[in-house]
Amino acid sequence: MDVDIEFQLKKLSLKLRVDILKSIYLAKSGHPGGSLSCVDILIYLYKYVLNVHADSLKDENRDRFVLSKGHGAPALYAVLAELGFFDSSELLKLRKLGSMLQGHPNMNTTPGVDMSTGSLGQGISAACGMALGLRLNESSARVYCLLGDGELQEGQVFEAFCFAAHQKLDNLCFIVDNNGLQIDGTIEEVAGFFNLKEKFKAFGLEVLDVDGHNFSDICRAFEKAKQIKGKPSIILAKTRKGEGVYFMEGQASWHGKAPNGKEYELAVGCLREKLKELEGV
Amino acid sequence: MLNMSTRDGVYNALVEVGQENKDIVVLDADLCESTKTVGFKNKFPSRFFDCGIAEGNMVGVAAGLSAVGKIPFAASFAMFVAGRAYEQIRNSVCYTNLNVKIIGSHCGFSSAEDGATHQCIEDIALMRATPNIMVVSPCDYVETLAVIRAAVKYKGPMYIRTSKFVSESVNKLPYLESFDLKKGVLLKEGNVVGIVATGVEVYFALKAAEFLEADGISVTVLNIHTIKPLDAELILSVARNVKFLFTVEEHSVIGGLGDAVASLVAEEAPMFVKKLGIKDEFGKSATALELLKLSGLDEVGIYKSIRQVVSEREVSGSFSTMF
Repeated sequence: MDVDIEFQLKKLSLKLRVDILKSIYLAKSGHPGGSLSCVDILIYLYKYVLNVHADSLKDENRDRFVLSKGHGAPALYAVLAELGFFDSSELLKLRKLGSMLQGHPNMNTTPGVDMSTGSLGQGISAACGMALGLRLNESSARVYCLLGDGELQEGQVFEAFCFAAHQKLDNLCFIVDNNGLQIDGTIEEVAGFFNLKEKFKAFGLEVLDVDGHNFSDICRAFEKAKQIKGKPSIILAKTRKGEGVYFMEGQASWHGKAPNGKEYELAVGCLREKLKELEGV
Repeated sequence: MLNMSTRDGVYNALVEVGQENKDIVVLDADLCESTKTVGFKNKFPSRFFDCGIAEGNMVGVAAGLSAVGKIPFAASFAMFVAGRAYEQIRNSVCYTNLNVKIIGSHCGFSSAEDGATHQCIEDIALMRATPNIMVVSPCDYVETLAVIRAAVKYKGPMYIRTSKFVSESVNKLPYLESFDLKKGVLLKEGNVVGIVATGVEVYFALKAAEFLEADGISVTVLNIHTIKPLDAELILSVARNVKFLFTVEEHSVIGGLGDAVASLVAEEAPMFVKKLGIKDEFGKSATALELLKLSGLDEVGIYKSIRQVVSEREVSGSFSTMF
C-alpha cells in the first residue's frame, strides 16, 4: 500500500474514533468497544472497496454492505458522515428522539445503510439474499457483511454459512471482527469456539487472516477476496475491542457503556496525542 | 365443485405468477412437496431455492432478495416459519418493510396426525401483533389463487396462511376478477346472527348457516380473508345489522380473528360477540376433521354453539319457542 494513502487512513482512523466517542458520549449510551474494533475495516471498505457513493445510492449495481453486528452502528455512521452520505451534525443526535441515527442501523431512515440490523445473526442471512439476488440480476456488484465474533454464537450464522457455500456465492465476502470479547467476558470464557479458522474452512468458506487494524493487511485481504471463485470468502480480522483508547482496550466492560465527561475528555486527549505523534508534530 | 385445499392454490398460483413476472423467486425449507411450492420449483428451477431445514436463514435470505428488487415468497409450515422464524420476520422483514411474502402452510389442525408440535394455532396472533405486515387467510382454493396474484401487486410484507385441509370451494373462479385484498366478502345476509369467519371455517360457517336458517334464524356470513388490516367498515355494518355476532377460525381464541373483531366492535359498536376457535390448549394426533369436531369447529359444532347462545339470550324472540 502507498505510504501516503496509509498515512491518510491512519489519520482518518484517529479522527473517526473521536467522532464515534463523541456521538456515544452525547447519546449517553451505545457500544464504544466494538465500534472502535471494527472502524478501520469500515474505513477501508467504504473508501477503497465498495463502489458506493452518496450520489449513487439508487444504482442497482452498487456494492452492498451489511453490518450484521448492528451495535457497531456508531462506527458505520461516522464513516458514512465522513463520506458525505449525510451531514456530520447528525452524529451529535445519535439515539435521540427524532434522529435518523437509530441505536442500531435502520435502512429506512439513514442514507447509505443497506440493511436494518441489530438482532444478531440476522444481517448475514440478508447479505446472502442480496448476493443471490444480485447474481440473478446478472449484476457484477458484490456484497460485504461484517459480523462480530460473539455474534457467531447465533446458530443462524452457521445456517447462513451453509447456504452461502451451497449456493457458491463468490460475490459475497464476510468479515469477522474478532476482538475476542463479548458482554459477559471473553469469548473463551462464555462459550468458546476453538479454532474458528478450521470451522470456517469446514463450512466451505475461503478463510483469509488479517490484522484488522493494519490497513496494508486489510487491503491485501480485500484484494484477495475478490479473486476467490466458486465460494464465499471470510476475512478473519484480529482486532482489539476499544482500540485506540488505552483504558478501553481489551475490556469487555466497554462493550455497551458510554464514557462519562471525564472519560470522554481522557479518551479524546489520548487520541489527539496519537494524531500529533503520527503527524510528527 | 372444486374439492381442493388452499395449499393446492399455492401450487397453481405460484406457477401462474412466476410465468408472468421474472422477479418472483420462491424459497422453501425442505417442505416444497407439502407447502406446494414444488410446482414453481419444477417449472422455474433457477428461481427456486431450497434453503434446507433452516427457516430463520430462509426468512433473512428473502429479506436480502427483496432488498435488491426480487419478489420472494418464502414457505414452510406455519409452525416453523411464523413460529420458529418469528423474530426474523419481525426484524428482517417487518421492521425493514421489505417486499417479502411469507407462506405459512398446514395452519391450525391441518397437519393433523403429526400432532401438536406441527399444529400452529398462534400464527395469526403473532403476525397481527407485528407492525407493517398484512395478514391474509384465504378460505379456499379459488381465493388462494386470488390472494397470491394480489400479493405480487401489493408491495410490502405479507403473511399468507394456508391449509392442507381439502374442502369444497366456497368461491367460483370468476371471483378472481372481483377480489380485493382489503375488502371482506359478504356471502349471505340476514339480521339475527352474524358469523365472521376466516380460512377453512368459512366453508363450515356457511354449512352451519343453512342449519340455522332451517330453524328460522336469519344469518349473515362474512368471509374475512384479510385479518390485518381489517375491513372495519364491512364488519361494523354487519355488527349493526344483527343481534349476535360470532367469529369462527381454526386458530386459538387468543389473539386471532375473534380478538380483532371483538376489539373493533367493543370500541365502535358494543354488542354481544362470541369467539369460536381453538381453546387455549395444545392439539393432538387425529384427523383434521376429528380435531375440528372436538373443538366445535365443524358445521355441527358451530351450529350448536350459535343456537345455544341465541336460545339463552333471545327469550322473547319470535323463533325462540322453536328450540
